Amino acid sequence: MSYVAVKGGERAILNSQKLVAENRRGNPKVSELSLDQISEQFGLAVDRVMVEGSIYDRLLGALALKQAQGDALEAIFLLRAFRTTLPRFGVSAPIDTGAMRVRRRISATFKDIPGGQVLGPTYDYVHRLLDFSLAAEVSVGSAEANAAEEALDPTMPRVIDILGQEGLIEEEREGGGEVFDLTREPMTFPAGRDQRLQNLARADEGFLLGLAYSTTRGYGGAHPFVGEIRLGEVLVEIEPEELGFPIAIAEITVTECQTINQFRGSAEKPPQFTRGYGLTFGHCERKAISMALIDRALRAPELGEDVRHPAQNEQFVLPHTDNVEANGLISHFKLPHYVDFQAELQLLRRLREEHEAAKDAGATQ
Amino acid sequence: MGILSRSEADQLASLTKGLTDVPFVWLRKPEIGLVMVRGRAGGTGAIFNLGEMTVTRCALQLEDGTIGHGYVQGRNKQHAGRAALVDALLQQQGGHHDGLLAMVIAPLKTREVERTGAQGRKAAATKVDFFTMVRGGDPE
Repeated sequence: MSYVAVKGGERAILNSQKLVAENRRGNPKVSELSLDQISEQFGLAVDRVMVEGSIYDRLLGALALKQAQGDALEAIFLLRAFRTTLPRFGVSAPIDTGAMRVRRRISATFKDIPGGQVLGPTYDYVHRLLDFSLAAEVSVGSAEANAAEEALDPTMPRVIDILGQEGLIEEEREGGGEVFDLTREPMTFPAGRDQRLQNLARADEGFLLGLAYSTTRGYGGAHPFVGEIRLGEVLVEIEPEELGFPIAIAEITVTECQTINQFRGSAEKPPQFTRGYGLTFGHCERKAISMALIDRALRAPELGEDVRHPAQNEQFVLPHTDNVEANGLISHFKLPHYVDFQAELQLLRRLREEHEAAKDAGATQ
Repeated sequence: MGILSRSEADQLASLTKGLTDVPFVWLRKPEIGLVMVRGRAGGTGAIFNLGEMTVTRCALQLEDGTIGHGYVQGRNKQHAGRAALVDALLQQQGGHHDGLLAMVIAPLKTREVERTGAQGRKAAATKVDFFTMVRGGDPE
């Protein structure tokens, strides 16, 4: 079967793109959204696009969302494509989440923790009822939050480090060697923790959430406790070659989740809790918890557990987390496959003819 | 430099309005790029790549040879240029050091402290005060 090139449809494509632009704009009598409006008022949508698009830049995230008509996956794809046009100036020193300027910090394992339970901005304790006052488009009263007399202690110790002091939880030790970078190297197995965490940080939130859910429903046996979730700002420090000293070039918002999981011991070591880790740009708690659960599940071989469930299997999880890749393959099925299909059709017709012929031959015998 | 890097573009622009006629040459014109932000597993363990952020950088030289560098978050080239100019002027011998510290750096610092202070007080207002419920009437 030779390949038949098909041309055509250029005008249709152009006009389709114009139609998208018109639909994107919607009713011209309704005022157009500005990037600031999207960034400020759809902040969590921008956060998701930044973390999965893997570029921290609020206005770029807002632009991508505007262009994609609010479709998160399309916006993420746009950011990933954009990043390939930019040079890389360098890598930062690892951010210090222990020095985070905390805006929210809770622990599900200890009630009384140094610095206290700080709810910050959360939907955790609200009724999921539609608020029709927001539909009025005129603010009813001020949206200004209450402020305490005293600011929070700017830095709070990590809850999990308290367990660490007693040796009740495994220690996270610095690894050595080159840090794996998925943007420059293909995925390899067995994957190191660095490769897995980078993969999970960019992963599709929905996919991770579903997988994390599976581990708690008998397909992974995670038994997690959320040791701590913290949200706040951390400094990003780089050391430019021409300067020779580090500068804190930016402050970014991140969400961190540390889970405490079932304990293990060995002949040499007394039983200890194990841990899972989640870290995201912006305020993405659901993603951070899911990431921590999957991080822990993927550590099964390292901790001597049997790999029996999908969430524990890195060759299943890691190649399927990326929604740009997944969307690329799944969506390509809607593009023209005329020639492939014709081949299948011809084959099927021949098989049916042969089937008929065989049946006839059987009947005449 | 950190204070200049983390400044808000609008505020730095209005604070440096008077610096329009300072002659300089670009050593590196403002360019936009990425910095890979790294984290550590568990906050203290193995280093991994979290994701990238946009950064704009530039370098310039004043007439007396003083060099200034600008690194700012985001994609605003003017912002990086202003940061580099102030950085250079601050290093200039017998120049505007004290004046610039008072005119530019101090207000930027104040702004940062105000912003973080307000956030800290609002967060503090969401701190949970636990209290113990008393059960029923105590039998005498």
